[in-house]
Formats: sequence, structure tokens, C-alpha cells
Amino acid sequence: MLRRTFLGLLGAAGMGAALSKSALAAGNQHFTGHPGSFGVLFDATRCIGCRRCEAGCNQVNGLPRPAKPFDDLSVLDVKRRTDAKTYTIVNRYDKIPGAAGPVFRKFQCNHCLEPACASACFVRAFSKTAQGAVTWDESVCVGCRYCMIACPFEVPTFEYNEPLTPRIMKCTMCYPQIMSGQLMVPGCVGACPTEALVYGKRDRLITAARERIYKYSGRYLDYIYGEHEMGGTSWLYLSGVPFKALGMREDLGVTPAPELTSGALASVPIVAGLWPVLLIGIYAVNKRKDKIAREERLQAVAEALTKAHADTEHKLERAKTKAEADQKAAIEKAVKNALEEAAKAETQEGD
Amino acid sequence: MSTDNPAVKKSLYTPFNIMVGLIFLVGAVITALRFTKGLGAVTNLSDNNPWGIWISFDLLCGVALAAGGYTTSAACYVFGLKRYHSAVRPAILTAFLGYSLVGFALLYDVGRPWRLPYPFIVQSGPSSVLFEVGLCVMLYLNVLFIEWSPAALEWLGVKWQGLKKVRTVIVKMTLGLTIFGVILSTMHQSSLGALYLIAPSKLHPLWYSSYLPVYFFVSSIAAGLSMVIFEGTLSHHYLHDKMDATYLSEHDGVTMGFAKGAALVLAGYFLIKVVGITMDNNWHYLATKWGAWFLVELLGFVALPCFLYAMAVREKNLLMARVASVITVLGIVLNRFNVSLVAFNWQLAPADRYFPSWMEIAISLYIVTLGVSIFWFISSRMPIFYEHPQFKEHETAEFHEHKLKKHPQSFGH
Repeated sequence: MLRRTFLGLLGAAGMGAALSKSALAAGNQHFTGHPGSFGVLFDATRCIGCRRCEAGCNQVNGLPRPAKPFDDLSVLDVKRRTDAKTYTIVNRYDKIPGAAGPVFRKFQCNHCLEPACASACFVRAFSKTAQGAVTWDESVCVGCRYCMIACPFEVPTFEYNEPLTPRIMKCTMCYPQIMSGQLMVPGCVGACPTEALVYGKRDRLITAARERIYKYSGRYLDYIYGEHEMGGTSWLYLSGVPFKALGMREDLGVTPAPELTSGALASVPIVAGLWPVLLIGIYAVNKRKDKIAREERLQAVAEALTKAHADTEHKLERAKTKAEADQKAAIEKAVKNALEEAAKAETQEGD
Repeated sequence: MSTDNPAVKKSLYTPFNIMVGLIFLVGAVITALRFTKGLGAVTNLSDNNPWGIWISFDLLCGVALAAGGYTTSAACYVFGLKRYHSAVRPAILTAFLGYSLVGFALLYDVGRPWRLPYPFIVQSGPSSVLFEVGLCVMLYLNVLFIEWSPAALEWLGVKWQGLKKVRTVIVKMTLGLTIFGVILSTMHQSSLGALYLIAPSKLHPLWYSSYLPVYFFVSSIAAGLSMVIFEGTLSHHYLHDKMDATYLSEHDGVTMGFAKGAALVLAGYFLIKVVGITMDNNWHYLATKWGAWFLVELLGFVALPCFLYAMAVREKNLLMARVASVITVLGIVLNRFNVSLVAFNWQLAPADRYFPSWMEIAISLYIVTLGVSIFWFISSRMPIFYEHPQFKEHETAEFHEHKLKKHPQSFGH
């Protein structure tokens, strides 16, 4: 539990760093999107694969015309993805078990509530606007492409053929056009002839989606894709067939991307705080050990010298004593000899 | 210096030099292509695979293999293993060049290279792991430059005497710089692993773990120790005439000491990898083909060199330690490639997977060649493998001091 609480706090801190100006702003809260923010509900049971949304998107965003016109439906024969010239595509999925015919799925940026791209960007080029759109700022982007690594939906694309000013290209949910009043709804939504796309407040879209699931229970799976994926996305999906069959990941989990790295990031200041203590401690211990070893060595040398000195003196003393004794003995012997000889001479003289 | 010139002229047209020249020529052509036609013209990068070998090899492997700088200087100056002193300068030079070339490679890889300082001067994204990596790498590059500069100052100090004072000041900063370097290295070595924490849906579970930052940090220590052994072997072969008696007499000791360290670190690394699999209960993946590949990495390039290092220390076998160092270095390269390329995007259809273009490989080769050439240039001119005679005394002043203290005492009585 302790670890969980700790990580939770770290997560909150990381989220705060990603989404608000103050790192301390977020407490023990779960972020569920900016209140009143907008999103789009895509209903796969209504989509007929006409590609009008692709044409609408292309037109309002002033993107280059594709080689094949938008009314050419043969492009649906292969699975496509978005690229630097295409913000959205529709793919056709055939022979899905349980489905009467082909099912279509639109692909574009999902505009996460807590975007991985924004969390990953080291110049904060991405922002989650209060209106719901995730936008990108060309004026600071370095072109490192970490956003593309981070995005679980593989949305951001890159202008690989631009030598010096490549841009990250992705759906903006027509944020600039809507804010300037040029459009009321995103280009794709406006172009949809079957109301497979609905633009509105995310909260209301979730309610609307639930109503559809309730009213036409045989038509839909009881699941709104995007309600909780990666912490929730502004773009929501309804389908009558498993989302996996429409090429959508069902294993993304509900953890918002910023929480995945917040624990590691939070350990950085801890390292900065603790490592100097540890390293200087090790250094000091080693230095002290060296010093003590050196002192002990010197002491041992001094002791050895003193002992040697004492030994020498002792030896000298003994030698001296012995020499003195020898000398004394020699003198005594000489005196004795002299006395003996004197006595001999005396007796000879007496004869 | 004048005696050098005929030698240089003589060796200008050796097969080695011709090959180096050719690599530089090809590198220059591809460089021109990159900055006129864009990344698309020279790389196989795509919207699904935004990072290729310039990140996997030049950045991830480059930084890991330059870890010898902080491991060696920490061993010598912090952990008090002074016998490794002669190994510090080559390791610092390698690290300095390694990090410089990481920065150089990034100029090719990022879309707008002149904006690389933007995170620090225009707008910061501190919630990004990449911000942390960038900040630490940038700071550490400066630390390495200062740590390396005494060698250059000793070389230049012969002509300009004033530089000797600068050198003295820098040498006094050694401990501080070493500690700062270890802190920065701990942070960015681990953060390179943390880069991938944000993409659990893209990296295979056997390689994805919340311990990724710890794995990257611990394996970088093994990489650093092994690179010192591996490079020492190469330098011994090609730069033998530049080495002084101290370097040569300490060399075998450095190899065995570092082999012992590497054996321990690899054993720890092996254990925490197993802990990671256990924590996420990923055992069942070992039975898949991804599991087989994972075991090749873990058993063949972590457990095996660990065992070889331990044997080498026990048997005092230098050759075995050298073999183990090569396997470890290859293992680190394999690991970084597995995390960033092989097991990354593992769920994509085979047709959407990435394989580098020959031009990407050529640029990486060009950058490595550039590094080796600059290493050669510097180590054959500056005091890297030997102590400069003018500064020798200063370095060992402490040692002399004790000697002097001892002598009067021993003859005093």
C-alpha cells in the first residue's frame, strides 16, 4: 500500500507538471478532462466508408490533394494510416465474424485527456486546450519525434522529406478554424452524410452513446472506446463488432501516459539529493581508512626502531660488562702470575 | 614535433588511411543529402518507426559505452582505488569523445538541429524524460570537457606557461567534478531507459519493465568497466609507444580489478532482470520466440560474461577477462537494440517494421571512425597514457610527502 500511495503521489506530481503551471497544483485527484471540453463520437455502425470526411478534412486544412480522388473507394482495399499529408483516413474491415458486411473505422488523433505526446515533449510544443483539442506549436518543435514514440495510437506524423523545417502533422480537431469562427464543427464531422460523426461536449457525447447502447442493444457492444483508454480520450467510438477487429488496441489500459514516467522522473531529485551524501561519505571513509593505515604504519616503524635501539643498547651494555669482566679477570690473572713469579724468585733466592 | 611530419607523410597512403578517407568521403556525401533532401532521403524511418539506429546505436549505445568515464574516475577518486589512476585519463577522453559524438549524431537525427538548445533557453518541458536526458547529457558533456582539459593544458602549457595555473585550479576540482559526474551519469543513464516507460503498448513485455531505468543504469556500469578493459587491450596494441612505465605496470591490475567489478555488477544485473520478469509474471513469454531471443541476451550476453569474468579473476587469466569484456560490450549493444528497435513495435506487421538503410549505417560508421581518429590524434599528442614529466611530481606529491616524513625518522636515532 505504501508503494502504491507513493507512486500515486508521484503520478499526481507528474500530471501536475504536464498539465498545469504549478508542479504542486495537483493533489490526490483523478483528472477527467477539462470541464465542458469538446469531443467527437464516431459510430462504426453508421459509417458507410464514403471518405467524405477525408475530403472535408483535406479541404478545410488546405492539405495537398492525394493522387487518387476521394470518391475512388478502391483505396479502401488496403489498410492505410495517416501521414504528413493526411490527418484522417477510413479503413474497411471485411469478413468480421458476426458482421453482415464490411465495417469501416475512421482514424485520426484521439485528443487524449492527458496526452502522451504533451507529456513526452521536452519543449512543451503540445498543449491540451480547454476546448479539448491537442495542438502542436511549430515555433518551438525541435523535431526529435519522441511524441511519435510516446503516442499509443501512433498518431503524430513527420515531414521526413523536409530537410530543414520538418513539421509534426496531425489532426487538430480543427481547433484553429473553430476558434476563429471559420467552422462550427470539425471538417470531417461537417462532411459526414450519415451522422456517423457527432461533435459536442464530451460529457454529453458519453450520455448520448449510452442512450444508443441502451436503445439498440443488439446493434452495439456495451462499450465506449475512448472513455477510459489511456486515461480517456476526447474522441469516442461505438461499434457493433469487437474494436480489435477494427484494428484498435484493446490492451492499452487506463493509466494516463504522464503517470507512466512520473515515478522515474520523481527519482531524479532524490538522486541529486542522496548521491552526494553517499559518495562524499564513501570518499571520507576511504580517506580516513588511508589515514589510519598510514598512522599505524608510521607507529609500527617507530616502535620497531625504538625496540631495535633498546636491543642494541642492551647488547652493548652486556658486551661492555663482559669486556670489563674479562679485563678484570685478565688483570687478576696477571697479578696472580706476577705474585706467583715473585714468590718463586723469593724461594730461589733463599736457597 | 618536427620529427612527426615525415612519419605522417609516410603513413598517409596506408590501406587503413585510405579506408578512413573513403568513410569520411561517403559520410560527407550523405551529410549533404540529409540536409538538402531530408531524413526521408537517407533513412528508412517512417511514421510508425520514428527512431532508427541513429538513436539505438549512436545515442543509446554511445552513452552506455562511454560510461567508462564515470566508473573509472569514481573508482579512483571516490572509492579510493588509486592503483587505477593511470586508467582514468584514457577513460575520461573516451567518455568526452563519446558524448561529443552523441551530440554530433543528434544533429543528423533531429528535424531542426539548431533548436537543440531550445529546451533550456526557449521553453522547457520538465514532464518529459527526454528533457532530463538532454539536460544531464549537456551538463555532463561540460563536466567531461573540464575533466579532460588538464591533458590539453599540459600539452599546450609547454608553449604558454600561463595555462599551467588554470590546470592547477582544475586539478583541485577533481573530486567535485567526479561526484557531479556520477550524479549526472546516474540520472541520464537511467533516464535513457525511462524514455521507453511511456510506451508499454509498443515494447515487448519481456523488455518493458518499470525497472527499465535501473536496468539501463546498472548495465551501464558493466559497460563502462568492460569498455575500459576492451579499449585498454586495443590501446596496448596500437599506442604502446605512448605509454609510460606507470600505465604499463598498472595495466594488468586495472584489467583484473575491473574484471572483478564487472563480474559482480553483471551478477546483480542478471538478478534484477529475473526479478523484473517475476514481478510482472512474464515467465510464460519465455516459451515464445521472443522468449528465446530474450534468453539469448540474458544467458549469452549477461550470464556468460559474468561467469567468464569470475573465472578470469580466479585463474588470473587476462585473455579470458578480455574475451568477457568483448561479450559484455556486445551484450549492451544487443540490449539497447532490443529495447529500442527489435522488441519495440513488435506487434506491427512485418512489412511495417524498420530496418536501417545502408546510408544510416554509413553515417553511424562515419561517426565512430571520426571518434577513433580524434582519439588517436589526441592520445598521440597529449599526456593520456603517460604522465607529463613537468606535472608528474604534482600528481604524486602526497606520496612523496610520506616518504620524506619517514626518512628522517628512520635515520634520526
